[in-house]
Amino acid sequence: MSKARSAPVRAAFIHLALIAYTLVALFPVFLTLVNSFKSRSAIFSQPMALPTPSTFSLIGYQTVLSQGNFVGYFQNSLIVTVASIALVLLFGAMAAFALSEYRFRGNTLMGLYLALGIMIPIRLGTVAILQGMVAAGLVNTLTSLILVYTAQGLPLAIFILSEFMRTVSDDLKSAGRIDGLSEYAIFFRLVLPLVRPAMATVAVFTMIPIWNDLWFPLILAPGEGTKTVTLGAQMFIGQFVTNWNAVLSALSLAILPVMVLYVIFSRQLIRGITSGAVK
Amino acid sequence: MSDTEITDIETVPVKRPIRWHIAVFLAPAFLVYTAVMILPLIETLRLSLFNIVEGQLAFVGFNNFKTLFGDPRLSADFWNALRNNVVFFIIHMLVQNPVGIAIAAMLSLPGLRFAAFYRSAIFVPTLLSFVIVGFIWKLILSPIWGIAPSLMDLVGLKWAFAPWLGKAETALIAVSLISVWQYVGIPMMLIYAALLNIPDEVLEAAECDGITGWSQFWKIKLPLILPSIGIVSVLTFVGNFNAFDLIYTVQGALAGPNGSTDILGTLLYRTFFGFQNQMGDRSMGATIAAVMFLIILAGVALYLFVIQRRMRRYQF
Repeated sequence: MSKARSAPVRAAFIHLALIAYTLVALFPVFLTLVNSFKSRSAIFSQPMALPTPSTFSLIGYQTVLSQGNFVGYFQNSLIVTVASIALVLLFGAMAAFALSEYRFRGNTLMGLYLALGIMIPIRLGTVAILQGMVAAGLVNTLTSLILVYTAQGLPLAIFILSEFMRTVSDDLKSAGRIDGLSEYAIFFRLVLPLVRPAMATVAVFTMIPIWNDLWFPLILAPGEGTKTVTLGAQMFIGQFVTNWNAVLSALSLAILPVMVLYVIFSRQLIRGITSGAVK
Repeated sequence: MSDTEITDIETVPVKRPIRWHIAVFLAPAFLVYTAVMILPLIETLRLSLFNIVEGQLAFVGFNNFKTLFGDPRLSADFWNALRNNVVFFIIHMLVQNPVGIAIAAMLSLPGLRFAAFYRSAIFVPTLLSFVIVGFIWKLILSPIWGIAPSLMDLVGLKWAFAPWLGKAETALIAVSLISVWQYVGIPMMLIYAALLNIPDEVLEAAECDGITGWSQFWKIKLPLILPSIGIVSVLTFVGNFNAFDLIYTVQGALAGPNGSTDILGTLLYRTFFGFQNQMGDRSMGATIAAVMFLIILAGVALYLFVIQRRMRRYQF
């Protein structure tokens, strides 16, 4: 009897705890978005209120759009992220296919070598990476960032994709070989379409750290023409630190693309994690 | 493809052509990974053994490390950064991972409504960039804006408010907790996945034996998710000893106040790149990177060869 009575009470406590933590997680984001639409005096007098017609103001966004080159930064981030993901997926899938499909000498060794980068952060090689990029004349180019992020994303991509490729049926590939398909055709036309869900998971995992990275843009491409959104927002906020309208609007603009992508991909991301892609 | 002469006859009894396609599939990933990641890493480790002697780059053995550990000017910074980094890691292990496990345990209870909503919402901070997280919290904790004091006033704790980020005694804890806030989503997701993988039969058997609720979590579920907790711990370790961005956005490259939030990542940045009056020093930068590499390697090796081996895994 006592159990039947305590179950709803227990459920209520659990919901209370989860709601409390959800508020903790979302409150700062909410605060930023709400206040970016308010006038300066309202930001300070009623920080927690929603904007009303009398306190509504877009002055912060006007400052950001007229002072900062956010369209350019956004474009740079987009180019770097998309190009890196494309290269990680293509090269990663090819290597994963070779490792999971063929038996050759050094297979395990190659797999371990490529997996090293999952645990060892690429950042530790920064000193020599910068030196190399200077020597190759790639400093302050988006190419340098794309190369670094491709190398950074490959280990985990190869690891996840080769797990998935092992599950593709051998019969299908044998049938393809009997029909005279080349190994390249088997990879591009039979295997790749079958691992598309895994590719989407890898794309999301690769994207977040690239989009949010501050270290490599700061060191390899700090020039005005190659700034990414993350670095651009950081610099902009540094300059306008006392202009709260502008700071809050810049933050909101930086949150926006990530949130849009999250809404689109969240199911993919969560399915990828919960299906055990990252064991 | 007709070039069969090179094939090793001893291991391949039937003469087979060299399978060039394997090389073609592996080459792009191998080349980019080796050229941009592995070689620079090795080169950085090598550079840590060199320094400028009389205007020339010369091999100096472990002198850079001796300077880093013992030189009165540099070593104080280094030991300070290392100590702060250890504290940073301990706070993550004590707060981030237990909170993540607790949330995951609640989310995975069968029949919980809105679980998908909670899960997505709690994961949001993990996706935000450090710039956003850093500045939002700087604003919230700022005594000028007064969000934090007025919120604390609601629960009668206004007296406890202090400008935590600005005081040397509390700044490191405050920054660590901001980082915890951002990253709770990762242990939550990984532990949640592990909890979902526990078969229902095991839990039903436990219920038949009268083990439910709290004791079920401690006696049945926790032992089963220990391998995932191990992975979460090693990910936390690697992430923490490699951290830089959040400190940089919240406290700047000097990791103030008075170096109280300086960790190895920010020390590496200042040493290698130079900051204000300090000149950039490539060799000492490489030395700090080498020390970070060794620390991370030691942590990962400890996990792979000691913890993971001893951990019992259950096959269902």
